Amino acid sequence: MPVDMMKKVPVREQDPKVRAANFEEVCLGYNKDEAEAEASRCLNCKNPMCVQGCPVSINIPGFIARLKESDVAGAYAVISESSSLPAVCGRVCPQESQCEGKCVRGIKGEAISIGKLERYVADTAREMGIRPEGAKEKNGKRVAVIGAGPAGLTCAGDLAKLGYEVKIFEALHKAGGVLAYGIPEFRLPKKKVVEKEIENVRNLGVEIETDVVIGRTAKVDDLLTKEGFDAVFVGTGAGLPRFMHIPGEQSLGVFSANEYLTRSNLMGAFSEDSRTPIMRAKKAIIVGGGNVAMDAARTALRLGAEVHIVYRRSEEELPARKEEVHHAKEEGIIFDLLTNPVEITADENGWVNGIDLVRMELGEPDASGRRSPVEVEGSRYHVECDCVIMALGTSPNPLIKSTTEGLEVSRRGGIVSLDDYGKTTKEGVYAGGDAVTGAATVILAMGAGKAAAKGIDDYLSGRE
Amino acid sequence: MFEIVKKELLAPNIYLMDVKAPRIADSALPGQFLIVRVDEDGERIPLTICDYDKAAGTVTIVLQTVGAETSRMADLNVGDCFADFVGPLGNPSDLTLLPNEELKKKKILFIAGGVGTAPVYAQLKWLKEQGCLADCIQGARSENILILLDEMAAVSNHLYIATDDGSKGIHGNVCVALQQLWDEGNRYDLVVVIGPMIMMKFACQLTEKLGIPTVVSMNTIMVDGTGMCGACRLMVGGEVKFACVDGPEFDGHKVDFDQAMQRTRLYKTEEGRLLLQYQEGDTHHGGCGHCG
Repeated sequence: MPVDMMKKVPVREQDPKVRAANFEEVCLGYNKDEAEAEASRCLNCKNPMCVQGCPVSINIPGFIARLKESDVAGAYAVISESSSLPAVCGRVCPQESQCEGKCVRGIKGEAISIGKLERYVADTAREMGIRPEGAKEKNGKRVAVIGAGPAGLTCAGDLAKLGYEVKIFEALHKAGGVLAYGIPEFRLPKKKVVEKEIENVRNLGVEIETDVVIGRTAKVDDLLTKEGFDAVFVGTGAGLPRFMHIPGEQSLGVFSANEYLTRSNLMGAFSEDSRTPIMRAKKAIIVGGGNVAMDAARTALRLGAEVHIVYRRSEEELPARKEEVHHAKEEGIIFDLLTNPVEITADENGWVNGIDLVRMELGEPDASGRRSPVEVEGSRYHVECDCVIMALGTSPNPLIKSTTEGLEVSRRGGIVSLDDYGKTTKEGVYAGGDAVTGAATVILAMGAGKAAAKGIDDYLSGRE
Repeated sequence: MFEIVKKELLAPNIYLMDVKAPRIADSALPGQFLIVRVDEDGERIPLTICDYDKAAGTVTIVLQTVGAETSRMADLNVGDCFADFVGPLGNPSDLTLLPNEELKKKKILFIAGGVGTAPVYAQLKWLKEQGCLADCIQGARSENILILLDEMAAVSNHLYIATDDGSKGIHGNVCVALQQLWDEGNRYDLVVVIGPMIMMKFACQLTEKLGIPTVVSMNTIMVDGTGMCGACRLMVGGEVKFACVDGPEFDGHKVDFDQAMQRTRLYKTEEGRLLLQYQEGDTHHGGCGHCG
């Protein structure tokens, strides 16, 4: 097929009008011709900037070179050296600010579609039945991993490849963490992608025990003593949802995005057959501008609502991936920017019937470097709605901290990591992902899981 | 999978089950709860812990059929399995943190309403094992739905029964019984109330008037139960608290019960519809307010 070297080969997507009413995946991905055409745009730089932009340092030009030769198995082997979840990363990484953001092609034209190529390789390898290879021999040492999310799965996968016997303890009934409960089906299919990637981690020899809440069912110290693990990795993820503490927030029809998404994704409540209930709103207001806000908005839309995103800063500051914002707009989500809620109103039975908003303008930059929003006086107005979803981030879950002696946490509640390899203040205990940093991205958690696997390997081989 | 090794009908629609769950039996303490899923498509349902046997590796639950999911659970028999059985969740009772001498000095009254009797049993039994015998008022609408009477009597100092219809014990609700105990000169350092929210609300109003510190256990809507979803939030002393990680026990004089009760209605119509669908199967046609 003909290729414009300056432009990405466009990727096929479901029509916005059609997909706004279903939960099928939005992006359909590249086929062989498209993938190889896109791969042909790669300059195979001697000093590849893209690799520096990748939190798990995938040899990007390396796998793309294999793809140019139609060698999917070879490309998959290259990616597998660095990543345990390529089909996930190809779909949910913020490539525009990582690998693709650094791509030399992107200086004059459009960057290589690295994410879409990674996804093509992972999906095709899966269809071909290619699996990552595990360790030939066990080294006799045992590591416990707490949490089967992106950090835990990556750490476990890497350690298993090095010969460790690894067991993951997962609090929920299903493995995957945010991949299972947080990110919706239309962005990350569960059966086709998430479950298969987890199966790959299991195939490396990793055991996963669900329904175990570490801190309650057993403590970190029990793992190190009674259960005989030589080291522990804590990848428990983000914690309690934040609320605004405005009047009316306890009304019926006000949800945290975590609750709304968990019902839909983990419990399958988006399907009419599900036994877990979810509110199908007429008009939903989503408060927040991150990826979670976009996911909640697009879920509510698919469940039949007119959806508004209310965000207190302007479009430029939206923390969500550009692609999510673009997709949301295409589907008909309305963005009420520079707007902030001050009160939620309810009817006599306690059900939400509206929200009071104020207009904002951007003032001086704050500590984060972003211009801080200031309320415009006298701008308060009322909007009718029957559902409000708060997507304001999370604060760390206190459970592991409060039940593990000697594990220090920061003032903000995240577990303190003493080096770049997730070492904590407690001997033999490592941590990474949202449990350390607070809410961030899947790929950063994977990067932390990977680093901690190295830290644990160094520690247990006496190289530390 | 978690196998049911014993099942008993305690009263109409109220069942006791022993479930094989060694990890939970090993770590459970009074005041904590579980999340149970009946099968692979089931909803996550919070249930209280009635008892646990470390040696046998079993946990005892008491469940009342109030919706489709609990009806499905009640339909399971010995030898069947729950798909998921997670816990112990929430904080153990503050009483478990007290030094033994202090605990023994405390004069404690428990007030148990309906299936709230089950978690009260766990607390009374634990206290007895520590050498501390507490009093208990056990209330129900009528004699036929009073559960675990012998067991409760065996772990209480005095067990007072109160029924709304006067069919057994004191004629009246638990507040009438508490007032009567007070009038007879009984004094307590602490009251622990576990039961329907409406009962906890009125019991707390009375104990506040009488000046007795009071603890309640909040049975809110939950999804994950581990501090992730925020569905279980409630207002305590003007602050947002999460029943799963901050509770489930709270200072009863600070809980906003009216709001908490309102929040439990969130999925009521949908629950009712699902229950009718489950009970009536293909014959379901109307009556739930959502169809036909």
